[in-house]
Amino acid sequence: MNLRRILALTKKELRKTTRETAVLFLLIIFPIMITFVFGFAFGAIGGGNTTSFDVGLLNLDSTGTEADWSYAFTGNLTTSEIFTVYNFNDNATGQDALLQGNLDAFIIIPEGFGNSVESYYGAPFDPSAWANTTIGLYVDSGSMIAVSAVPPLVQEALMKTIFGSDAIAIGLPVEIGSPALVESSTFTQWDYMAPGIFAFAAIFMTMIVAQTMTVERDEGLLKRLRTTPASSADYLVSQTVSYMIIAVVQVALVLASSFAIGYRPASGIAGVAFTFVIALAFSLVAVGFGLISATISKSAEAATGMSFIFIMPQMFFGTFMPVGGVTEAISMFIPSKYVTDALTTLFLRGAPITTPVIWTNLAIVSVVGVLLVIVGIFLFERFSSR
Amino acid sequence: MSESAITITNLTKRFGDITAVDNLSLEIGWGELFGILGPNGAGKSTTVNILNTLLEPTDGSATVDGHDVVFDPEGVREVIGVCPQEPAFYRFLTGEENISLMGEMHLVPKDILKERIKTMVEKIGMEDHIKRRAKDYSGGMIRRISMLMALINDPKVALLDEPTVAMDPKSRRAVWDFIRELKEQGKVIILTTHYMEEAQELCDRVAIIDEGALIALGSPAELMEEHRAKNLEEVFLKLTGKKLREAV
Repeated sequence: MNLRRILALTKKELRKTTRETAVLFLLIIFPIMITFVFGFAFGAIGGGNTTSFDVGLLNLDSTGTEADWSYAFTGNLTTSEIFTVYNFNDNATGQDALLQGNLDAFIIIPEGFGNSVESYYGAPFDPSAWANTTIGLYVDSGSMIAVSAVPPLVQEALMKTIFGSDAIAIGLPVEIGSPALVESSTFTQWDYMAPGIFAFAAIFMTMIVAQTMTVERDEGLLKRLRTTPASSADYLVSQTVSYMIIAVVQVALVLASSFAIGYRPASGIAGVAFTFVIALAFSLVAVGFGLISATISKSAEAATGMSFIFIMPQMFFGTFMPVGGVTEAISMFIPSKYVTDALTTLFLRGAPITTPVIWTNLAIVSVVGVLLVIVGIFLFERFSSR
Repeated sequence: MSESAITITNLTKRFGDITAVDNLSLEIGWGELFGILGPNGAGKSTTVNILNTLLEPTDGSATVDGHDVVFDPEGVREVIGVCPQEPAFYRFLTGEENISLMGEMHLVPKDILKERIKTMVEKIGMEDHIKRRAKDYSGGMIRRISMLMALINDPKVALLDEPTVAMDPKSRRAVWDFIRELKEQGKVIILTTHYMEEAQELCDRVAIIDEGALIALGSPAELMEEHRAKNLEEVFLKLTGKKLREAV
């Protein structure tokens, strides 16, 4: 191997990335575009603003003897900047609006709600004397963020209604009947998606590698290089280095783009540095799959299609697409899943850089990447390059 | 430097049932401009591809500057420059970058590389176009660039596989002048062609091959005299009963 040859071939490959429109788009423009599009579509733009939820409200206690409590609760929901409250006169209309996707949640204040609160104040330390009621809460299951955020926010409004601004966690005569055990959060859907974007952007390198190798093979460029003192190792190392550089550029672009639209990962500089490292490891996966695609493809067009055999599972089972059940089991075999998992741990959960699981994820991606490159080189050398 | 530039001994290459080169033996000296003539499919490119180490012979052997093409391919690649029949080049690079890349592969010192590109580009009349992307070149321009890509390492042995195919007459004359200049520098040049006029014009000796086998060897003048022919085309016709002629 010779460093000068590797650098010359790497420079050639990088020139292609900037000069060939399709490559430039897929490797450089596309990651920026997808970050902006998804960020604007699913995120709270503007740095720190919280999402607003459309909430339907049916007050069945508006005519009771202690109706003031239900009005106070309604007032707390309405004055919140988070909820936009729409009043409904019956359950069916409200449920229908929720079903149609016009509401993020539908709340039913039960008859006797005020009496329950009064019974609490009548005997705060004697639950057996309370008149228990349950607030009906229905949340749009199609909205990940609503499912996550609405119940605790309603709980907060209820606490404020009963105790004023001092929220305390004690037993109450009124409980919220819908999704429990969901942590309070001000995350937007984009926050959940952003870690997956990094892997998503890099996945398409597989296609470019496959196309490049088949074009260079079919147009006699590999043969031409083989008549020079350049070795196969020079060529293949240069390919790998080129795409590692591109992976670093992609991470920088996705980070900069997401930062520009207000995304602030719950991670420091170390977490950002880790993102670059795991992206480098993941670029090996892309190169490996690209080489394998090129080996089994007769032409650049076939290589494009063939590369999607590797791109699609990674896209659907290893980025920001929700997985569960069978797909979750499949995702265990998808390298991009480990990139997304590591970045989710860092960016969403705010885990420190010393968290063992992210290093395990990095190790898995690195080992799989190296193995795929070795297998790819072997197959390409054996079956495709001559 | 070995005594002979190229030695081919009983060289045979088969692809399945097809024998592309059949027991070919040749000795080519330094400073010789040697033509390999024959119709399409005669085995010219296969012979060149064995000499440039892309193909391994089925039988027999070949050495280039004393390096065996099978046992010392790296040694062969150090001393050769190859201009393939189908010009292979990077479309997204400029002509200059394509040539420079090949120079880098041969580790030509950077200052020499720069100077050499300038000189060679002028000789071949491409100085006004060398900064353009290769995808915008005409067929003739691409062939000229391909030739420079082959020769940028100042090789001892130049293997030129049909370098003037599909070139306009003016470009072809420029390439011929360039090839003559290479010969004057003492290099050995292997030129495959099916243009008889080109072979007559340039070559010291020619080997005429048909269906993989050598059917005549000598200088153009010797062959024409021996076979009482006006040109090499006629020589080929008398030897094989087939016409080879393609318009130049």
